[in-house]
Amino acid sequence: MRKYILRRLAQTIPVLFGVSILVFAMLHLAPGDPVEVLLGPEANAESIEHLRKEMGLDQPLVVQYATWAGRMVEGDFGRSTVLNREVFPEIMKRFKATLILTAGALTFAVIVGVGIGILAAAMRNSIFDSVAMLFALAGLSMPLFFTGIASILIFARELRWLPSSGMYSPVGGGFLDLMAHLVLPAITLGAVSAAIIARMTRSSMLEVLGQDYIRTARAKGARERRVIWLHALRNAAITILTVLGMQFGYLLGGSVITEAVFSWPGLGQMMVRAIQSRDYPMVQGGVLFVSAIFVFVNLAVDMLYAWVDPRIRYS
Amino acid sequence: MTGRDTPVLSVEGLCTDFHTHAGVVHAVDDVSFSVGPGEILGLVGESGCGKSVTSLSVMGLVAPPGRVAAGKAVLAGHGDLLQRSANEMHAIRGDAIAMIFQEPMTSLNPVFRIGAQIAEAFRLHRRASRAEAMERAIDMLALVGIPEPAKRARSYPHQLSGGMRQRVMIAMAMVCDPELLLADEPTTALDVTVQAQILDLMRDLQAEKGSAILLITHDMGVIAETAKRVAVMYAGKVVEEAPVEALFAEAAHPYTRGLLSSIPSGQARGKPLNVIAGLVPNLLHLPTGCRFRARCPMAFGRCAEAEPPLTEVAPGHKARCWLHGDSAAAPDGPGSAAERVEA
Amino acid sequence: MTDTVDPISVVASEPSLLQRLAANRLAVFGAGLVLIAVLMAVLAPVLAPYDPNAVDSVKRLSPIGTAGHLLGTDELGRDMLSRMLYGARITLAVALAATALAMVVGTAMGLISGYLLGWTDTLIMRFVDILMAFPYFLLALSVIAVLGPGLLNGMLAVAIVNLPFFARIMRGHALSLRESDYVLASQGLGAGHWRILFHHILLNSVSTLIVATTINIGWMITAAAALSFLGLGVQPPTSDWGTMLAAGRQYMSSAPHVAAIPGFAIFFTVLGFNLLGDGLRDALDPRLGEA
Repeated sequence: MRKYILRRLAQTIPVLFGVSILVFAMLHLAPGDPVEVLLGPEANAESIEHLRKEMGLDQPLVVQYATWAGRMVEGDFGRSTVLNREVFPEIMKRFKATLILTAGALTFAVIVGVGIGILAAAMRNSIFDSVAMLFALAGLSMPLFFTGIASILIFARELRWLPSSGMYSPVGGGFLDLMAHLVLPAITLGAVSAAIIARMTRSSMLEVLGQDYIRTARAKGARERRVIWLHALRNAAITILTVLGMQFGYLLGGSVITEAVFSWPGLGQMMVRAIQSRDYPMVQGGVLFVSAIFVFVNLAVDMLYAWVDPRIRYS
Repeated sequence: MTGRDTPVLSVEGLCTDFHTHAGVVHAVDDVSFSVGPGEILGLVGESGCGKSVTSLSVMGLVAPPGRVAAGKAVLAGHGDLLQRSANEMHAIRGDAIAMIFQEPMTSLNPVFRIGAQIAEAFRLHRRASRAEAMERAIDMLALVGIPEPAKRARSYPHQLSGGMRQRVMIAMAMVCDPELLLADEPTTALDVTVQAQILDLMRDLQAEKGSAILLITHDMGVIAETAKRVAVMYAGKVVEEAPVEALFAEAAHPYTRGLLSSIPSGQARGKPLNVIAGLVPNLLHLPTGCRFRARCPMAFGRCAEAEPPLTEVAPGHKARCWLHGDSAAAPDGPGSAAERVEA
Repeated sequence: MTDTVDPISVVASEPSLLQRLAANRLAVFGAGLVLIAVLMAVLAPVLAPYDPNAVDSVKRLSPIGTAGHLLGTDELGRDMLSRMLYGARITLAVALAATALAMVVGTAMGLISGYLLGWTDTLIMRFVDILMAFPYFLLALSVIAVLGPGLLNGMLAVAIVNLPFFARIMRGHALSLRESDYVLASQGLGAGHWRILFHHILLNSVSTLIVATTINIGWMITAAAALSFLGLGVQPPTSDWGTMLAAGRQYMSSAPHVAAIPGFAIFFTVLGFNLLGDGLRDALDPRLGEA
């Protein structure tokens, strides 16, 4: 077990290293001189020269990277060229909102997706199974920017059940207010994942239900409910967990679009604005931060994996 | 009939069909047999002859598109298992009747410790605390000859060898002292030396616990070593039934003789191994008359005309073959219902 | 629910691929949707009643069924039907080009990686791992951040995101095929690496590749449209369904059709590809599992 964790930890180091190199390279890959890119076309020669010195752009690339990476590790992500603010605190503030949105969406996706997937597998070839899988396929094909807009129109404008945008009401703003604001964006964002999870759960449950040890469980006299929720699910969970890890990535990416639709004050909205205004420190900081989070989430998923599957734990 | 002679399991006229796209397959076709108290009945036949489906039918574990179409399977004290509700079967399976399977490598749940899996089988049927059930599981592991049972109970299946896993399966099946154990090819997937150990273990347990055993195998050698009585199945039907000595001494059905002569033996070293010519017939397109006739070296005119009945050729020895059928042309032979003869 | 175990398997004669696909009604429906989308794109100049960019300030936001405008007009009085047809061109062109690019490059990476193994494999697969460390849509955004918004860059971004998908599938295929008898046999006969790679391994991976591609196009269409929706993909006056949807968003209450038409167009096209992909997978390569 310890060996597995150490090996898995060791694997993340080159990946993080590679990610940081790509993020570092963003500024240099962009067409044009980085300093001019950073300062915009109106900058005068003096400030260009000043910034070039300050950023160490006259140094060799390796030195530049080392300096940059060193600062990143310390949490110094530089200053936004547009907002003229420190990037890191801004990211942290925004990330909190994105995390709430993503967690909400993941919760919805897991409960609905795993639940429907298990029931569909247990009732294989029933009406429920067919209808659920048809819905899942439709859900999979829904562009979330469209479902988001449609749900705002229906549930916020017409029915007036829920607020249409933002994270808190201008006045009040307690936990319940946050939850009310969270419902629509979280379901919109989580719907596609719920569909994918439902399909994967169903197929891995069906595969597991065909295994010999399921027959053994039945031969022991275990009831169907026990067979499905204990014997089968524990094995199917291995596949389901992998999908959850991947879905977290989809959700982090999809949150960008959801935030744009629902004016959710998260990292995604900030990133889109930063890309449009070519605010490179902000973009680099945001990409690096979110990717690092994703890498660690995948690491956590692999740890869970070992917890669920003894064959990994003991090898 | 006295209580001692009441069979533990008596199967009568069992038919199990599979509804496929190509048509209905009668995988088990009017099969009858009985297993007495403490008896080991061998059920032999080539793969696909319906012997596994027979055992699954008795357990109530046939999956769609399969369906038990007719027949009775009376377990002493529990009535006809085929008429029991799903709920009643949950209570019977694993308690009064238990089963072990061919594939020890895949029959244990990979994510649970083996001790817990055995304990589960116990707790499903007996009031016991977790600790009591685990104690019982460890006792069972010791009984099936697993060294350091308390330590082994904490192992996962992938940490055990195939022979060990089959011992665990046996421990799990025997944990509630079943009246009947269905063993479906319990040694087929194992090495020859391990096979012998597992068979010894089953015989010992049988002697100690007194459970009746239905031993399903394709291996005549296993039958010779273990069973008291044998039923031979071919293409969904029982074609011969006899005490084991009688069968090996004087098999009545040509198919049985074929099976016996295809066992490699020391005396026949250097000679080509006898095999039964041809293949098991497609159950969708059975020949008219006797099902074995296309492969039978002794087939004659009558074999094509009608299916032979199961006829008594000697006391306790029945065969489904026209070579012995002349005298018993009547559809019902003499004797009690337990010895009933197929039309 | 009854207790079940595996039934005996019964061998029946194998129906052909097209028969199997035709028997799957959902797949046929999906193929129909795809065909409609493709015909819309190809025949746009023939079918469109108006120039998609012709502005008519009198007839702004007219609803569906207005005389002369079957699907109404948008906020600038442009004919929605014509815009939807021309939008199909851009949307499908971007998605298909991205898919083709990802497929060709990803397949080459995967085949070379799985066939040559050694340090080439390590290098390529580590690169793939790094690409996969970025949450999917974020990678596309990063590419746009470097190259700037635009139709071509949007396409490139979506393609790069999908490289790992193809690379990993094809690497797995090459790995299993390189040990197969006929590859070993042709090696024995002195066939060169390239011949084995492209003649034997690639040709034997075609069915997997078709399934993988079909399953993936739906995501490509959605991702490309999403970039346009955010204003980072196709730039006005060119418009795909994503930009149309973004523009129609402001008139959601008064003229919902302006957003709904491109929205449903995306939905049905993606649904078509997904249904077709599912059907193809079941018919061709059930082992592939879900993407």
